Amino acid sequence: MEQNTEEFAIINNYLCIRMPREVDHHGAAGIRESADRLILDDQVKNIVFDFENTTFMDSSGIGIIIGRYRKISCFGGKVYAINTNKRIRKLLKTSGMSAIIEILEENTSNE
Amino acid sequence: MNDKENEIYMEFDAVSENERLARVVIAAFLARLDPTVEQLEDVKTAVSEAVTNAIIHGYEEKGGKVVMRASLSTEDMLEIHICDTGVGIADVEQAMQPLFTTGADKERSGMGFSFMEAFMDGVEVESCVGEGTKVHMWKSFAECVEAQPILQAAVWNRDGRL
Repeated sequence: MEQNTEEFAIINNYLCIRMPREVDHHGAAGIRESADRLILDDQVKNIVFDFENTTFMDSSGIGIIIGRYRKISCFGGKVYAINTNKRIRKLLKTSGMSAIIEILEENTSNE
Repeated sequence: MNDKENEIYMEFDAVSENERLARVVIAAFLARLDPTVEQLEDVKTAVSEAVTNAIIHGYEEKGGKVVMRASLSTEDMLEIHICDTGVGIADVEQAMQPLFTTGADKERSGMGFSFMEAFMDGVEVESCVGEGTKVHMWKSFAECVEAQPILQAAVWNRDGRL
């Protein structure tokens, strides 16, 4: 069983955030702080949110994405969402996130 | 399938780890309706939003008690009340606007009420400054229950066992 914690990796100038099983307000601050430290220290340009392990998300997850988008978009960076299941895509579309981030759909999971 | 009314009442501390508890409880409460994954996730998200609002905005993360009441009618109508006795909302109409947030510094998306409205059949908010906020949401599961025998019959047919 996957742990309900996030993981980070930096590949070139991409910060990849493997999102936890459940993305809610309870875990949001930890993800935000760790991500922002890496964005500052490692000159990250783009961010990839990996939802492979994520089975639940509420608007706290949207807050995390908007916040990171604001930090990197002014330097021309892009935000991507990968391994999104049907539920995550519904949340991203309902919230309008699909207009500002790129949802890569070729690799869908949990369907 | 569902011939009895059922109601639960739960009071818990306004701490963030209880957001998950509220979701797990509502999912278990709905289990006997055999909801679809989508229906279940819709309700869990709506509950998570309302409970998070109570913790962050109602009690300003200083703690308090959140009450969740949920009931199922004989017509498979789910009703959920999530109440706090926190600071209350001065302008409910403004608070329910998409993207409106008083928690911008905490990176709240301002989508809480929008998600509740998107994923439930209806949402009503009653609030009084200094007294607290009551969120009332409802969702009908009647169609889901009626559709089930048809679906089962189709599956049986395909396997040649009917």
